[in-house]
Amino acid sequence: MSQALTSPNTQGRSLGADTSVLSTIGAWVLALVWISPLLYAVWAAIHPSEFATKLVLTAPLTMDNFRAAWEAAPFARYFLNTTVLVATILCMQLVLCTLAAYAFARFEFFGKNVLFSLVLVQLMVMPEILLVRNYQTLTHLGLVDTLFGIGLPYFASAFAIFLLRQTFKTIPKELVEAAAMEGASTMQILRHVYIPLAKPVYLAFSLVSVSHHWNNFLWPLIVSNSVESRPLTVGLQVFSSTDQGIDWSIITAATLLTSGPLLIGFLIFQRQFVQSFMRAGIK
Amino acid sequence: MHVGLRHIHAYLLLLPAFIFLVGFTHYPAIGTLLDSLMSTPRAGRAAVFVGLENYALMMDDPTFWKSLRNNFWFALVTIPVSIALSIAMALWVNDKIAGRQFLRMSYFLPTVLPMIAVANIWIFFYTPGYGLINQVLQLFGVASQNWLGDPSLVLGSVIVVAIWKEAGFFMIFYLAALQTLNPSYKEAAQIEGASAWYFFRRVQWPLLMPTTIFVLVNALINAFRMVDHIIVMTKGGPDNASSLLLFYLYEVGFKFWDQGYASALTAVLLAILALVGLLQFFVLDRRTHYR
Repeated sequence: MSQALTSPNTQGRSLGADTSVLSTIGAWVLALVWISPLLYAVWAAIHPSEFATKLVLTAPLTMDNFRAAWEAAPFARYFLNTTVLVATILCMQLVLCTLAAYAFARFEFFGKNVLFSLVLVQLMVMPEILLVRNYQTLTHLGLVDTLFGIGLPYFASAFAIFLLRQTFKTIPKELVEAAAMEGASTMQILRHVYIPLAKPVYLAFSLVSVSHHWNNFLWPLIVSNSVESRPLTVGLQVFSSTDQGIDWSIITAATLLTSGPLLIGFLIFQRQFVQSFMRAGIK
Repeated sequence: MHVGLRHIHAYLLLLPAFIFLVGFTHYPAIGTLLDSLMSTPRAGRAAVFVGLENYALMMDDPTFWKSLRNNFWFALVTIPVSIALSIAMALWVNDKIAGRQFLRMSYFLPTVLPMIAVANIWIFFYTPGYGLINQVLQLFGVASQNWLGDPSLVLGSVIVVAIWKEAGFFMIFYLAALQTLNPSYKEAAQIEGASAWYFFRRVQWPLLMPTTIFVLVNALINAFRMVDHIIVMTKGGPDNASSLLLFYLYEVGFKFWDQGYASALTAVLLAILALVGLLQFFVLDRRTHYR
């Protein structure tokens, strides 16, 4: 390292100086470009449609677009569907993947490495890649066009198993042995030693999972074909690809409605969100 | 505890997760490979073994080649640009910069928004005539373009959306890695009077290599998985100019209901993902020190 630094190129700004003005401007321009779709959506949604393409600062404010969007499609039902879907997937993932991760972290058994490699395959091949076959499976199970069917392929998450196994492995053996000495059973050790110590990782995974499945589109699009099973993303697509085609104000209002809860959640828990994604990424 | 009993314990713990993993990943993967050698079952006619006929069909299918080529360019442009931007973002946000909170939020925001929702907004940005991008270009005297309707522009237009969506997500991983770097490197570089660029190139970039590998693999997988914006914005058009492999697979499987051919297309996708996997395990992992 020191060798590499003995003949540094002294051109350019020194590291000691604060970030240069040029660099700061670059960062801000990029940020404004990045946030502009959202800013535009807010602008179009809270103004009458004749101002959707014109930036007039005196344009009157209105909530009519939200009202029109809300009444034009069964968004309340879609919200309920997405909430149920996301909650079901998360609960199943937490239970199934905790058990599997516990087995990988604490036990020695025949075929352990092979089985773990089989888990990792799902990191590469997500269920939606195999949509033709998985759709057939759902047909055989009679679960096409149900929320349960949309969630089913995601109940076991390789990512969660991997993440939790890494965390469980860092838990000191002494703690586990102490609990075992006091006569705690395998499941009691999991409940009272492993799970409490992995809480931040559970939170991290939950945020990642919820935002992923709230936004998931292709698989639900294929599986659902009625209002009763349609999540928000598919509902929004059905809504914006029909007659409303041209009325941008209503479409942007619907767009904001769909992303609303996640967006508000993100703005409030920004720090936790970013940290969770970071935590999930490091492991 | 008895050794045999411990084994059984472990298997029981694994069983529930494996039912779903095998049922929706391994079993359908093998099933797809077998299906790709069969004809598509039609009313009154069961699937029959046709050997490599579906693959022969694929070799002569211009839409398949077009989608593959598009996907190749999509990956080749999206991945390096979004990685470069994500590193810049992470370096900025990791520094003492004015409005750091706001910057971090802006960069990360696209990650939490549903692609299908933001694609609607991008459609408007790209609208010919009064769309925002054309309005801005007209200020500079550039003629209005039909971004999503012109076969030579459409792929570039969807690539921009993909970069916008992904860069902030990758930034998080770089940010996490930057925060674990030993601060004494920076102090040493300061004492030596190294420039920021020199410090990045010689110290940060090599130390960030494991992160770059991780991000690269994720980006590769995503490049073959991201189709939401294609479905919403272009439906693969015009003239298949923005069709990607998974999108074409979706059309064949669920618009034309051609199961045999869709399975063969899935097999190609699986082969590409397997290559990515091999790349990760045998080439890149050796060159970086992973835990």
